[in-house]
Amino acid sequence: MSEETLAITLNINGEDVTRTVAVRQHLVDFLRIEMGLTGSHLGCEHGICGACSVRVDGQVVRGCLMLAVQADGAEVVTIEGLTETGEIADLQEIFVTRNALQCGYCTPGMLMTIAELLRDPEPVSRDGIRAYLSGNYCRCTGYHAIVDAVETTLKNRLRG
Amino acid sequence: MKAPKFSYVRADNIDQTLALLSEHGEDARILAGGQSLMPTLNMRLSQPEILIDINRLDALKGISVKDGIVRIGALARHAEVAGSDIIAEHLPLIAEAMPHVAHVAVRNRGTFGGSIALADPAAEMPACALALGATFVLQGTAGRREVAADDYFLGLYETARKPDELLVETLIPAERGGSISVFLELAQRHGDFAMAGIACVARIDGDRIIDARLVYFGSEAKPTLASNTIAAIGGKAWSEATQDDANAALAGDLDPMTNLQGSAAMKLHLQRVLTKRALDAAIVRARAA
Repeated sequence: MSEETLAITLNINGEDVTRTVAVRQHLVDFLRIEMGLTGSHLGCEHGICGACSVRVDGQVVRGCLMLAVQADGAEVVTIEGLTETGEIADLQEIFVTRNALQCGYCTPGMLMTIAELLRDPEPVSRDGIRAYLSGNYCRCTGYHAIVDAVETTLKNRLRG
Repeated sequence: MKAPKFSYVRADNIDQTLALLSEHGEDARILAGGQSLMPTLNMRLSQPEILIDINRLDALKGISVKDGIVRIGALARHAEVAGSDIIAEHLPLIAEAMPHVAHVAVRNRGTFGGSIALADPAAEMPACALALGATFVLQGTAGRREVAADDYFLGLYETARKPDELLVETLIPAERGGSISVFLELAQRHGDFAMAGIACVARIDGDRIIDARLVYFGSEAKPTLASNTIAAIGGKAWSEATQDDANAALAGDLDPMTNLQGSAAMKLHLQRVLTKRALDAAIVRARAA
């Protein structure tokens, strides 16, 4: 079978892009290989680890469980775009001060997921934060510092 | 790994989808949320000739209620179901189960219909649908037919849906006033596949169970209605003696699968634990109602 391709047009981090892609290429391979946006990571490539999390049409999704062709017409935001807008600058700063990352491989995916939790902030318990982050694996930190960072950011935002 | 080569069609309407299904049969796969299909493609556990992407079929979207029946379109995302006022009001069992369905990023994309069509033995929605007496609407080139949940789940990933049929919607009678529902599951980690789980809809009078519909999942090849256990507890006070009867009867209802998550004996034990917790909770909730 030959490689089937399709032209897609989508908005990535605020910029309209048109490309022809292999229909079997998933969204994160497209972002990394074709667009050079290497902030989105591939860990397991079957939807378990969460390192590939990106925002599509306002919602966090597994970038490895969506085909690039399915993003035709969509608005995609990666960690690069999210960082640039400053939406999670407070979270990122607290991640650094609290040492909520070691190797950093899971961090972009973590931040993409936490961004959704912080978007409409309401009080969440530590158990609630852990449940919310249950789809993102970290193999270094033991999660404690990550939960600390989320809790602190959430409290700061709720205090306004 | 990377998915194998396949053809891809972004379907514009249901007729086109059905024509493609009819043409390709089992060599075609419907791509809905993709949260189970994409992993099998990336791991090359499946190698379909063609993917039919139904994500733009508006006719399969939405959640509504009419004349006491809730309609959940096949493409309703788990996150949409979880946030739906209609579901919270009329199908609290599903609202209670939804936080157990995988993780936020998967719920944003995965669909109710996809979960029913795949019939993963550890999935929450098939068990809820069976407990609530749902009806599934299947459409083929020859027309539509309705299949009761009791007749739909046939075995491990095996359903009454034919290869040329598309699941278009699920119809579920609203939970009646006076009935109490409870959903519980045990997983190794929040959002992981269930090792054992129960979906229970009961009518309670004080500490007496008027009747209860108990569906077990996770341990079994398919969501399983526990008819022996239901008969053993119906009309009785939820006493220690009744609990012993339920534990004995459950061994006749379940045939747990041994796998990496545990032995058959351990899973039967877990289901017994959940049975007690579920009916205890039902009695407490009935008292509060």
